[in-house]
Amino acid sequence: MFEITRIENFSPTTFLWEVRAPEIARAARPGQFVIVHCDETSERIPLTIADFDADAGTVTIVIQAAGKTTLDMMAYRAGDRIANIAGPLGQPSEIENFGTVVLVGGGLGVAPVYPILRALKIRGCRTIAIIGFRNESLIFWEGRFRDYSDELIIVTDDGSYGEKGLVTQPLKRLITERQIDRVIAIGPLVMMRASAETTHPFNIPTMVSVNPIMVDGTGMCGSCRVSLGDEVKFACIDGPDMDGHLVNFDELIIRQRRFVKYERQSLQLHEKKCQK
Amino acid sequence: MSKIEIKRTLPAHLPPQTRRHDFNEVVCGYTVEEAVAEAGRCLQCKKPLCITGCPVKINIKEFINFIAQKDYKSAYKTITDANLFPSITGRVCPQEKQCEAACVLGNKREPVSIGHLERFVGDMARREAWHEIHGRQTLPKKAAVVGSGPAGLACAYDLAKAGLTVIVYEALHLPGGVLTYGIPQFRLPKEIVDSEIENLTRLGVEIKTNSVIGRIHTIEELMTRFDVVFIGTGAGYPMGLAVKGDALNGVMSANEFLTRVNLMHGYDFPRYGTPVGIGKNVAVIGCGNTAIDAARTAMRLRPDNVYIVYRKRLEDSPARKEELRHAQEEGVQFVCRTETKEILSDAEGWVSGMDCLRSDEGSSASFLLEVDTVIYALGTLANPIISRTTPKLKIDKGGYIYTDKDTLMTSIPGIFAGGDNTKTQGTFTTVIHAMSTGRRAARGMLEYLNFSIEE
Ligand SMILES: Cc1cc2nc3c(=O)[nH]c(=O)nc-3n(C[C@H](O)[C@H](O)[C@H](O)COP(=O)(O)OP(=O)(O)OC[C@H]3O[C@@H](n4cnc5c(N)ncnc54)[C@H](O)[C@@H]3O)c2cc1C
Ligand SMILES: Cc1cc2nc3c(=O)[nH]c(=O)nc-3n(C[C@H](O)[C@H](O)[C@H](O)COP(=O)(O)OP(=O)(O)OC[C@H]3O[C@@H](n4cnc5c(N)ncnc54)[C@H](O)[C@@H]3O)c2cc1C
Ligand code: SF4
Ligand code: SF4
Ligand code: FES
Repeated sequence: MFEITRIENFSPTTFLWEVRAPEIARAARPGQFVIVHCDETSERIPLTIADFDADAGTVTIVIQAAGKTTLDMMAYRAGDRIANIAGPLGQPSEIENFGTVVLVGGGLGVAPVYPILRALKIRGCRTIAIIGFRNESLIFWEGRFRDYSDELIIVTDDGSYGEKGLVTQPLKRLITERQIDRVIAIGPLVMMRASAETTHPFNIPTMVSVNPIMVDGTGMCGSCRVSLGDEVKFACIDGPDMDGHLVNFDELIIRQRRFVKYERQSLQLHEKKCQK
Repeated sequence: MSKIEIKRTLPAHLPPQTRRHDFNEVVCGYTVEEAVAEAGRCLQCKKPLCITGCPVKINIKEFINFIAQKDYKSAYKTITDANLFPSITGRVCPQEKQCEAACVLGNKREPVSIGHLERFVGDMARREAWHEIHGRQTLPKKAAVVGSGPAGLACAYDLAKAGLTVIVYEALHLPGGVLTYGIPQFRLPKEIVDSEIENLTRLGVEIKTNSVIGRIHTIEELMTRFDVVFIGTGAGYPMGLAVKGDALNGVMSANEFLTRVNLMHGYDFPRYGTPVGIGKNVAVIGCGNTAIDAARTAMRLRPDNVYIVYRKRLEDSPARKEELRHAQEEGVQFVCRTETKEILSDAEGWVSGMDCLRSDEGSSASFLLEVDTVIYALGTLANPIISRTTPKLKIDKGGYIYTDKDTLMTSIPGIFAGGDNTKTQGTFTTVIHAMSTGRRAARGMLEYLNFSIEE
């Protein structure tokens, strides 16, 4: 069993868990993820490691309540325990002095960008972060981002804070105006696709973090397959970081709907439970 | 000799009409009378050929004789000298290719039902808790076992019995490997696997689940904390279908399907959170044990049709004969000599059918198989996590770990490997083979540590 040591609510549907898992905390690197399996009846779901502290023995995950499993997770309180957490999984992000790097985070994708940003900054990159939210109330970790960004651009869909619009607008501006050596984009699939399409004509290496549906996270089931150019890759062992210019996003978007019918059924069950 | 019954004694089976819709074990197992009767068919040959057919050389003649004399405890002792898990192997060994294929009775009559007898003894031992915990010595050495499939379990067992401190690291949240996530309940009830694992923990073995080695600890890190390491990570990486449409919604690997059902209890969705996601007409591509398990499991989720689509003839199937028969009885439809050319898509990216090509002597014909779900069971490869994170580990082109033939030591001193991840040309990937390599590696490890092994 693994103890949830701290919970922080960012908005009514987004929240942070700090979980005691010393061995994972010691081995974790930016870009990796964990699989959380709260109790015997719940699903195994992948969540990116948003931070890790080897001394405290904790890993941090930031969760968006999207369906049954993640909504159920909102009922946990600090001090509660979950049955299983496995990790760190996936390949760590490449951390080198690439020169000037733009890190783009959209919505919840802001959280997994953070450890990569920090590592790149420490490694000597010049870092420009663009983080986007639907509105001001959803913004989190602005301070953390400031600490490690040479420049920080915040955008909101409705303009309630920072620039109004989508993350791709400042991204486009930056890559046309200056020498950018690498772009890292993490967020919803459509946002990652748009970012990759923005940088493609400029030939700027662009890494995205793909999030297909997973089961084991160990390369055993193939659920997480992603078409990368003409190759088939498994996101859990070859990724989740992948070359954004090669990822077949259309396929990925369709594949994320593999279980929609069942997700709706699950959601109804969750709602029934809540009414009781 | 004329007294010997031609036909073997068959244990009771659940009727196909009911069992195809539930997960209860299909083969009921011998009663005491049935077991004794079947044991009585054994000729007690001077040269018991049956033993040559068993990969671990159980003294079959002797254990059967003990059953005939109703001395079941001695039968258990005889079996477990060579094979630690008779309840499991009695159920899943391809006996018709191994021990029973070699039994002389098979020439004119049906061979002795060695598998069912072995299972009978194993099950009785479990019920009566004969499993003994040896008053054992403790040796000042530590071993790490990576993977808790049959290879890892057998290795851990022997190392613990010899007195080593053993920790088993398992990637998933439950131990057992394929026995847990792959082979379905109706063939190998989970209680049996659980009870074997419990015996192991009673021997003092610690099992750490959720531990993907190569990620949470590298093999090199384990080497600094343990005196010897065994890698039994299996070959679970599913080979792709590589036809047009293989990424459509409604296409999945047998591993994914079986894991969703077995490990995650998907058959009990939504009470359990993991959906299975099969439709009304299911095609399983392939015809090995995995394909048959997938097809029979699919059957139990009550679709309209389940097809096995197989490139070759039914006789060529490498699956256990008993399982092929059970699948037919349960209504699985076999579409043989048929290749899948393409998986067709509807407008939203879901499977809408399969374009097939059937070849009979000299002629061939295309046809459309109307299915909404395609499960592929085309074999698996070694998982690459360990080899990628252990550069010094020598592997072959297929990603399988190279080991010394006798000791099963890998290219790194002190690190051993066995089971499906060490597959070499011409070797089998079976549960008993994995167990026997696990035990051989344990012997190799003890020799490496300079401990003499009791025979
Ligand atoms: C490598 C990886 C890292 C991830 N990191 C995070 C993270 O840090 N924080 C976070 O909140 N989520 C993350 N996700 C997504 C998260 O795993 C899913 O949101 C979760 O599985 C949904 O489960 P559910 O039962 O609550 O919802 P479901 O009922 O399964 O689905 C509800 C909705 O979520 C969508 N959905 C389902 N699976 C995914 C998925 N894999 N990715 C995106 N959307 C999905 C469905 O299309 C549906 O609209 C990550 C996914 C992957 C593969
Ligand atoms: C569906 C199916 C049906 C089968 N039916 C039969 C049958 O009837 N009879 C028969 O004899 N054989 C059968 N087989 C084959 C048999 O199951 C295998 O040959 C056998 O299980 C191999 O054992 P193993 O210990 O090498 O590996 P596995 O059983 O695959 O176990 C490996 C274990 O290692 C774990 N692991 C992997 N990587 C890591 C890592 N990096 N760190 C930690 N743990 C890791 C895995 O999660 C797994 O639990 C079947 C196989 C399948 C898939
Ligand atoms: S272990 Fe398998 S092959 Fe050997 S006797 Fe038992 S059932 Fe037959
Ligand atoms: S070969 Fe057959 S008949 Fe002879 S001892 Fe073995 S099981 Fe008995
Ligand atoms: S999640 Fe199963 S192979 Fe990647």
